[in-house]
Amino acid sequence: MTISISPTVTERDSAPTASPGPRWEAVCRYDRLLPERGVAALLGDVQVALFRTHDGTVHAIGNIDPFSGAAVLSRGIVGDRAGVATVASPVYKQAFDLVTGRCLDDPDVAVPTYPVRVADGLLEVGLP
Amino acid sequence: MNSIDHRELVVVGHGMVGHRLVQTVRDRDPQGTWRITVLGEEGRPAYDRVALSSYVDGVSAEELTLPATPDPLVRLHLGDAVVEVDRDARLVRTASGRELRYDALVLATGSVPFVPPVAGRELPGCFVYRTLDDLDAITAAARDAMVAERPGRRSAVVVGGGLLGLEAARALRSLGLSPQVVEIAPRLMPVQVDEGGGALLRRLVENEDLAVRCGVSVTGIAEQRGRLVATLSDGIELDADVVVFSAGIRPADTLARAAGLPVGERGGVLVDNRCRTADEHVWAIGEVAALEGRTYGLVAPGYAMAEVVADRLLGGTATMTSAALDMSTQLKMLGVDVASFGDAHATTAGALEVVVNDPVAGSYAKLVVSDDAQTLLGGVLVGDASKYATLRPLVGAVLPADPVAMIAPGGVEIGADALPDTAQICSCNAVTKGAVCDAIGAGAHDVPAIKACTRAGTSCGSCVPVLKKLLAQAGVEQSTALCEHFTHSRAELFEIIAGTGIRTFSEVVEKHGTGRGCDICKPAVASILASLGGGHVHDGEQAALQDTNDHFLANLQRNGTYSVVPRIPGGEITPEGLIVIGEVARDFGLYTKITGGQRIDMFGARVEQLPAIWRRLVDAGFESGHAYGKALRTVKSCVGTTWCRYGQQDSVGLAVALELRYRGLRAPHKFKSGVSGCARECAEARSKDFGIIATEHGWNLYVGGNGGFTPRHAELLASDLDTDELVRVIDRFLMFYIRTADRLQRTAAWIEAMDGGLDHLRAVIVDDSLGICADLEAAMETHVAGYADEWRGVLDDPAKLERFVSFVNAPDAPDPTITFVTERGQPVPVPREPVAVGMPGVRR
Repeated sequence: MTISISPTVTERDSAPTASPGPRWEAVCRYDRLLPERGVAALLGDVQVALFRTHDGTVHAIGNIDPFSGAAVLSRGIVGDRAGVATVASPVYKQAFDLVTGRCLDDPDVAVPTYPVRVADGLLEVGLP
Repeated sequence: MNSIDHRELVVVGHGMVGHRLVQTVRDRDPQGTWRITVLGEEGRPAYDRVALSSYVDGVSAEELTLPATPDPLVRLHLGDAVVEVDRDARLVRTASGRELRYDALVLATGSVPFVPPVAGRELPGCFVYRTLDDLDAITAAARDAMVAERPGRRSAVVVGGGLLGLEAARALRSLGLSPQVVEIAPRLMPVQVDEGGGALLRRLVENEDLAVRCGVSVTGIAEQRGRLVATLSDGIELDADVVVFSAGIRPADTLARAAGLPVGERGGVLVDNRCRTADEHVWAIGEVAALEGRTYGLVAPGYAMAEVVADRLLGGTATMTSAALDMSTQLKMLGVDVASFGDAHATTAGALEVVVNDPVAGSYAKLVVSDDAQTLLGGVLVGDASKYATLRPLVGAVLPADPVAMIAPGGVEIGADALPDTAQICSCNAVTKGAVCDAIGAGAHDVPAIKACTRAGTSCGSCVPVLKKLLAQAGVEQSTALCEHFTHSRAELFEIIAGTGIRTFSEVVEKHGTGRGCDICKPAVASILASLGGGHVHDGEQAALQDTNDHFLANLQRNGTYSVVPRIPGGEITPEGLIVIGEVARDFGLYTKITGGQRIDMFGARVEQLPAIWRRLVDAGFESGHAYGKALRTVKSCVGTTWCRYGQQDSVGLAVALELRYRGLRAPHKFKSGVSGCARECAEARSKDFGIIATEHGWNLYVGGNGGFTPRHAELLASDLDTDELVRVIDRFLMFYIRTADRLQRTAAWIEAMDGGLDHLRAVIVDDSLGICADLEAAMETHVAGYADEWRGVLDDPAKLERFVSFVNAPDAPDPTITFVTERGQPVPVPREPVAVGMPGVRR
């Protein structure tokens, strides 16, 4: 099984400022994630939604649905739109790009994204 | 307003034609030359009288009302009949004493029903069939008859077997009465069909439980022991609870006669081909107008007259054309297709008739052609009118093929390409093939778009098949694809999954779709798998297909919490059960509310609380209510014979049995049911997808009702069933729906979209016309045998339970974004700020 780390907006944005890099926090075992289903994690006061797509890749985006304000994106249906991996908000069904956090139904809206990695079978999320 | 010098247009009558006149004048008069005052005798604004009978099937008066936008230049006075026209002073006076001056007066008073002068016609229980008020009165009388405490069938006599009489008979049958139709002519619908077509029509409607007596008249009506008795010219006496006169119409020309306007020999205000009467300031349109001495009782010629007068009032030169006076008709009468067009009775000199009559298959077709057999003049179709839409526009044109082959089974299929551009596709709104093709060329790529820009298909709808053919001919494909991942419709996907035995989404999408699915196709496939007996909805890969409600077996609310609904079959619950629900709600701090489906909803549960809540409920004997699923919700009931003085059957017992039989059954949309113990209908069963109303002899089954965005009343599918028969028909109905409906298509829309509608549905699931009933019943038996409570399935399985956590790294930590305030003594979500980011885009 290949495990890749999803490229994220956070990483790209942080590169020019030469910040010390993300602080990695272990969340759960990788195999705790069902294929094409999400879970939520609480990191301090930040809620992160983690998804494992069918090819084994893990993505992390903010858990709060900007349209309803409810912390529910981890409970959406994972799929793709024209090949772009997405999760659909379970409240009003807008699709979010799992890689960029961009809302595909409203270009003015996006959710944060976070880097993820697997170390010793543990899933870790990078916080700024 | 006074600064502009308006001319005054007074319209007498606010029926379909009067309404069309007003709309057309306002559309074409942006300067506001005319100020319009409409005086309507009925207390309601114009409504779709052509669809009058749908009123008894539950279509509301509001839905039938014709659309109109408020307009400062249009004043509408309803319930105020005009009593006098003073042509010298150019004034009209109304019953309420209004006086209105006019520069132009349009009479659109329509018709009055003709009631033959027989003794007893004024007795209570005798009605005419013309207005919504008439139908209200008939419905009330039928209800009274249905609930009267006496044995025997409730019956009705319909005087007149024309189009209206058969409509009335069908409506009376829908109201539960057994109608008998009495027609003085030797056949039904004598205006539209010929002898051969009439014979078949009679046989087919008699199969629909309609008694028909032709060639006799009603000679008198008398009251006997609280009922009516109609005596016929052959001496036979018919008992009836209701008598409806539908023996034709007469122009409502009293006002015009009193004003001294010339009228036709058979009534109607005489008008010229501009629709102007002998008075240059007075016009007449619709059924009251006698154009060259002849009146027209159909809406299409009336609309054409309205258009001509509107044009003339605004300085135009339009005249009535013979095409606009087309009396062609197509309708479905009691499940029988009937069409009549052009010179249907072959009155043209030398006309030849070509007939194909197949009494075994139940179809009759006749074409009337010119003496040289080159030109189509008209025709009659009974039993199968599918060719009407292509044949009618060919009237007057050279025949594209041998006339026998054009109507013979398996003969030549006339394509839309055979029609000339000038052929009128929509006769109601006078839209030609050329106009439709222009609209398609300009980007109208589906039927609704064509309707919007040409008006074709917006009245009777009989031309919609030709519109589809023209779209197909223009290369516009009508997609039924579920979503971007599947080109199939839901029904096709069901067939694929059922037929191939594939039981995972991955395999379905790999073999029959593209990509990885989405929030449209995944739940649709999950629902199909569940309907095919796929085990627990969280087993294996299925868990990832479910939307959040089915994933947590609860209903997501706006603040990320869920609501919990235990099943309360039939709405029957013990005091102990109520106490358990109360204690659970109290102990978990949940808001409680009684639902419309006779159960109790507990709101505000967090994901991690759901297993503990359900442990308590399951231990007390409750099980999932499937309020979260596209599945059976509830079977609502009244108390029936158990308690009620009027109950005719045990409605609670049946409701409980049905709810337990169909619990957990997943479908393309949620569905609901109700059982009423008598015709008083306290369970509101006719607002349900399948509703049952007790009769003296058993149960009446209604299908296709719903509340919600577009409320619909269920229509009668079958009558007086015993309980076993009833369950069998419902089994078939539900399984047929599950197999063939589109995603999120409710039963009402499913039946409406079905070719042949309710009659086709009845043929399939009552008469087994497709031979699939045994298969449908077996599928339902499999569901019933395989049912298991989903919540117990979760509580018994640690792997499934593990998913009910708030955070994967802090399983019991409550979501910090969830907060409540107290309102009327209960916890509710904090009131929400308006959403700044706007509404979601609408996707299919």
